[in-house]
Order: sequence, then C-alpha cells, then structure tokens
Amino acid sequence: MEANIAVPNDKKPTWGGGGVRPFGASYGKMMMWFFIVSDALTFSAFLAAYGLTRFKFIDSWPIADEVFTHVPFVHGDFPMIYVAFMTFVLIFSSVTMVLAVDAGHHMNKKKVTIYMLLTIIGGIIFVGSQAWEWNTFINGTYGAVKTTDGKILQFVDSEGKQIALADFVVGDRGDIREQHTKKNGLWFEEESTIAQYSIAQIISSYEANPDVQIRTELIDLEKKQKTILSREKGSEELAKTRLVVEGANLEVNEYGNTIFADFFFFITGFHGFHVLSGIIFNIIIFFNVILGTYEKRGHYEMVEKVGLYWHFVDLVWVFVFTFFYLV
Amino acid sequence: MAHAQSHTKRIWIVFWILSAITIVEVALGIYKPEALNLTSILGTSPLNWIFIILTLAKAYGITWSFMHMEGEKTWFRRAVVWTAVFLIIYLVTLLLIEGDYLYSTLAPLVRW
Repeated sequence: MEANIAVPNDKKPTWGGGGVRPFGASYGKMMMWFFIVSDALTFSAFLAAYGLTRFKFIDSWPIADEVFTHVPFVHGDFPMIYVAFMTFVLIFSSVTMVLAVDAGHHMNKKKVTIYMLLTIIGGIIFVGSQAWEWNTFINGTYGAVKTTDGKILQFVDSEGKQIALADFVVGDRGDIREQHTKKNGLWFEEESTIAQYSIAQIISSYEANPDVQIRTELIDLEKKQKTILSREKGSEELAKTRLVVEGANLEVNEYGNTIFADFFFFITGFHGFHVLSGIIFNIIIFFNVILGTYEKRGHYEMVEKVGLYWHFVDLVWVFVFTFFYLV
Repeated sequence: MAHAQSHTKRIWIVFWILSAITIVEVALGIYKPEALNLTSILGTSPLNWIFIILTLAKAYGITWSFMHMEGEKTWFRRAVVWTAVFLIIYLVTLLLIEGDYLYSTLAPLVRW
C-alpha cells in the first residue's frame, strides 16, 4: 500500500503537495495559473470560431459601429462609447484588485477590505452594463425585414442614415392580425410575438415614400460600408420579404447575420458568467478578510489567487473588446 | 511575495498606460482614419493591425504587472505563457485559413 498512496510523514498537508513548492509557487497559485491557461484556450476557441465565421461571411458581416451605438439615458448615435466605459470599469477594478493584493502583502487588513469592496462594486457595474447592452441588443433599434433567401434588408433615408420602421411605415396593417394570448383563445396554443407592422404595410409605405432606400448586408469593400440599393432594385428585393424582424435573438437578427447575434450572446455571455462568478469569489474572500481569516492564517495568499482569476477576466475582455467591437 | 516594499506607484503607472491605450483604441475606432482603414497591409487594414498590437500590449501589461508574472520563476512563466501562446496561434491560424477557404468556396454561390 505504501508504494501507492501518499502518506504524510512531515505533518504537512498532502493535498497541497506535501509542502513541496516547485517553481517556488504554492500549490493553489500554480493550479490557478494552469486553470487560467485552460480557460484562456476555451475563450480563444470561441474567438477563433468567431474569426472563422466572420471570414466565411467577410463580405456581409455586420459592422460593429452600426450595431452598438447606444448609451444609457442619452439619445443618439455614440458608437463605442459605452463599451469603452465598460472597459475602463474593468481595468479600474483590476487596479483595485492588485492594490488589495499589495495591501495583503503588508498585512494591512483595512486597506485590503476597502480595495476588495471597490473591486466588487466595479464588477457589479460591469455586469449591470452588460445586462443593459444585452437588453438593447435584444430589443433592437430600427427593425428590418428578412427575405426568402435569408438576407436582411434595412431601411435608410436619402442621406444613407438608417431609419426605423416606425419612421416611415404608415397606414393600417391591412390584415386583421391580433396577438394570440392564452386568455382569449386556445389555452394550450402559444404564439410568438407578432411584429408591429405587417409585410404588406411595409412594402406599400416603401413604395409611397421616395426618400426611403434599402440597404443590404453586402459590404462595399472599397468604402467598408454596406451597399444601398436603387429604388427599383430595392423594390424588387423587398417583394421577397418573408419576415419582419425587430431586435435580435438566436434565430433572427435585425443587424444582419443571425450567427453574429449567436456569437454575441455566446461570447459576451460566457465572459459575463466569468465576471459573475468572479464577483461571487470576491465576495466570499471579502467576508473572509473582514472575519480575519487571513490575518489568523498569517498571509493573504487567497486574495492573490482570486486576484489572478479577476485579472484574467479583465484580460479576456480586452480581447473580446478588440475582436468584437473594434476590428 | 515576501519582500514587503510597496508597488502602489508602479500599479498606477501601469493603469494610466492601459487607460491611454484604450483611449487611443476608442478614438481610432470612432474616427477610423481613411488612410488606415481603407488601405491594406499583410492581409488586413493597418488600423486592424494597430488594434491587435495595442491589444497585445495591454495583455502584456495586465499579465506581467497585475498578475505579477514578472515575479514568477522563469520556467513557470514559460510553462504558462509559451503553452498558451503556441496553442492559440496554432488554432487561430488554422481556423482563419479555413474561414477564408469557406468564403472563397461559398461566396460565389450567393447572389446579391
């Protein structure tokens, strides 16, 4: 038996490597680093898959500047501003985290407590911002239509600026469609939300208003802008409409390729989940600090380990920010 | 770890560098200077290369300073960094080549 099992013979805990410190790093810290390596590979796989798909649809991929343009409480187009704010929040919470670790090295309980609290607050602001971003993305801004060959058509005014369906669609729906609810119909039948406007209504409004033009997903590679169709060609394409799309989900997406929305939900969602678990770890450590656990233990290495995880989450966001919003 | 001098000042310097990089990225992302955005070098626009290089610079700052990689033993650092960097470059290269192939094969079949 003794050849196969580890018998602690020096009164040091076996689970921690029996006190052996290869590379001068403690067991926990080393394992956190190796976990980070594997998690980094997971995120890389997602971002690389995003890259593959984007290359596959390189001539029609949504332009991030035109998708993420909103800032809470303010109207208008502000591409990038809000994500930049989120990036700052995360970098700042990384700084407070590293300050907490630094204070831990000096056994300064009070400072560790304050910096941990600031880190947690930063994390919560970030996750809240991401929830808002998701909400805006899901609800959509302009609305679009999807054709029988699966393309998204958006509407622009005479200057080429995107307009919402509500900005030009007039008149009556034409069909007498009403949302089915369990209350006023068959209780076992469900119906997905009916778009605000009917297809016929959109087509007739387009024909009636010469200022409205149609923009397709196709990117003009010379100008890196989406192509705007002539009125006649637009009318031809619009006749193929199959579906009115408002907002985005896993099946349809008013901004363009559905898979763009899928990747958005998947990658930012997975990252947001990491932030959320990071906040929970931080809260646990925060209370341990207050209770004096690490004071008694004689070192604040737990803060350092959780700090590594927190910085990693920041690190991933730096890449998500670049590859989802900038490039 | 055991040495007790404070790194507070250095931490703030790194913070300001990271913030400055982010501001530059956002400014370039909003204004997209045509000379950088509409030209091409090594397969993509110079603007995209600037973004990628600045991102790697930020990643270096976070890993080396905030995660204190610079203080770890040389071969521990290499076990982590070299492994991750090698596998990521490998994966990204293969997937991007594959994506480009898919585009060249499928795009001619799409009518706009």
